[in-house]
Amino acid sequence: MAQRSNSAASRRRFLQQGASLGALAFPMLATSSLANTRPTELTMLAWQGHAEKDVVEEFEALNKVRIRPKYYVGGDNMLALISQSPPGTYDVILSDAEYVQQLVAGQWVEKLDAKDYPFDDFFPEFQKFPGHWQGSDLYSVFLRFGFLGVAYNTQAVSEKEARSYKVYFDPKYKGRVGHFDWHLPNIGQVSLLAGNRQPFDLDAARWAEVQQRMAGLRPSIGGFFDYGGTFSSLRNGQMVLMAGIGDWITGVLEKNGAPVRSVIPEEGGLQWTESLSIGRGSRRRELARSFIQYMSSPAGQVRSARMAAYPAMVPNRKAWELLARTDPAEARRSNMLLNERNAIDDIRAGRITPRAQPVRQDLQDWVDVWSRYKNA
Amino acid sequence: MTAIAPQPMPRAEPAAVFAVPRMFRPRVQRAVFATAMTAPMALWQLALFLGPLLFLVGLSFWLVRNFQLVPAFEWVNWERMLTQPHFWTTFARTLSYAAGAAALASALAFPAAYAMAFVLNGNQRRLATFLLVIPFFTSYLVRVYAWQAFLSDQGLINSALGLAGIGPLPMLNTPFGTFVGYLTLSLPLVVLIQSMALAMVDRHHVEAAHNLGCGPLAAVFKVVIPSARAGLVIAALFCFILSFGDFVSPMYLGGGKAPTLAMLIIDTTKAGQQWPRAAVVSIAMIATLMTVAFAAVAYAYRRR
Repeated sequence: MAQRSNSAASRRRFLQQGASLGALAFPMLATSSLANTRPTELTMLAWQGHAEKDVVEEFEALNKVRIRPKYYVGGDNMLALISQSPPGTYDVILSDAEYVQQLVAGQWVEKLDAKDYPFDDFFPEFQKFPGHWQGSDLYSVFLRFGFLGVAYNTQAVSEKEARSYKVYFDPKYKGRVGHFDWHLPNIGQVSLLAGNRQPFDLDAARWAEVQQRMAGLRPSIGGFFDYGGTFSSLRNGQMVLMAGIGDWITGVLEKNGAPVRSVIPEEGGLQWTESLSIGRGSRRRELARSFIQYMSSPAGQVRSARMAAYPAMVPNRKAWELLARTDPAEARRSNMLLNERNAIDDIRAGRITPRAQPVRQDLQDWVDVWSRYKNA
Repeated sequence: MTAIAPQPMPRAEPAAVFAVPRMFRPRVQRAVFATAMTAPMALWQLALFLGPLLFLVGLSFWLVRNFQLVPAFEWVNWERMLTQPHFWTTFARTLSYAAGAAALASALAFPAAYAMAFVLNGNQRRLATFLLVIPFFTSYLVRVYAWQAFLSDQGLINSALGLAGIGPLPMLNTPFGTFVGYLTLSLPLVVLIQSMALAMVDRHHVEAAHNLGCGPLAAVFKVVIPSARAGLVIAALFCFILSFGDFVSPMYLGGGKAPTLAMLIIDTTKAGQQWPRAAVVSIAMIATLMTVAFAAVAYAYRRR
């Protein structure tokens, strides 16, 4: 009897312990199962908008991956974030061309194999873009670009007037000319107006002349605006001209019905570019490569061109063809129609200069000049 | 022989207290209590003010090479920032704007605070306090953006003025706009602090002044304001501090045309990663704020 009792107790105990173990194991099994179904994450350091659904939805679905972005504002901000993070924090890094060399110098990006990417489909101008390569080594793949010119309110300023940077000095618009608050594009535009074909490569005399021109412009200026302020001041009509920007801002406003546009003036325009690199120490290098391959393919390029946050032009010729078929209105608006005069023609005509860091002066000299200019 | 009554044994006492003479014990206990009560505050200040401040001072001597911070001990950042004329222009502007905002907010707030303290009954005072707290439920940035809809050339105020054949008056992207922002930030707080200070004024003093033939306005200037001086000065100081470091109003309502030190910090870090130079500006701001705060507190609590 006692033996039977012991046996029963033992069975009960076994069942109890088994149930306990099962209860303990279930969450682990469930977690493990969830982990198997949870999509892989690909981290990306980028400007605002590049990891939103309108751009990456298709890639995420195809690859069962989720893009986890860390957004930055400006190349300096990007360099600060990278330099403060351990290697491998970011699988993909989006950068403006003038900062790619800093990424290479800081050893923050991996060398890429050019054969992995569809450079043959790119317009020749973008196949070996300066800054993305060091000798024969590729570090960044050209993703998109845009022009910076004169942004104007179409109800207040005629396109003919906006075709020259001189419009900024017109007394009619005194107090209604704004600056996007970043020294590089604004000084670059004044430099173009001063007749410098290489607006960022200035000797002492030309640099002094640019500063003199800026001093003459200052009384016309109604404000210095960040990204949000630029949007609102153009939208509410407070500013009718804006220096230092282009279609990347006016395109968004125009799509939403605001009477604003950008044109490339006769003195020439500046070009901004964005490209993709693989972060040093990335643990998902293959996936990062697939992402860059997708974004440089016609499908990815069209999504990038139509990005809701800010539109752009793209370097892939096949993407232009695809955009013309799927969204001809946007292809026309963004100057990307192969059978008409287009953005590439502007580049080939020598009207566009890539935005760059100052060549002969220290960057801080330009920053100080900009601060003095704002205080004048 | 007389039986000796048993003497009670002396009560054992904690060693620390035992060593202190009885007359000093309450004082020691008070000191221990005071230390215990102030320790968290001291630790807080040490961890979140003094520590970062020391780091900031150290950082101001570092260098930036290839967009990266390099530890060093060089005076170059101090030299570069303090010898720039635009630094001093910006400093003077920030100081005068903050002082102007403090004076303006104090003057505008006083009638409302006076009414809350002396005119309104309890329920009305509670309602007024609630109404003054409500603006803080919304982000300051959102409130500033909302002002743009009122102050722009095509905004609500200029549209209304236009009906009367006036304007448009330039309000947005002007110093006026900046001051509207400063008041949006600090006026409710100034009213609240002033009303609390005025509520503590002894009514008998005011009545005595009236009985001695002092008119209502004279009583305000000769009795009420001197009696509430500490609170009024502290209210103005709060406005000064908030305005001095504000980035939002000069940027979004002032149009960035008249940069302040907070904007100079943004400009300095935005290009070239110049955190050490931004640290110099920050230290100048902290030194100014501490000087003004100590002077204001000394004035507020000085003996009459």
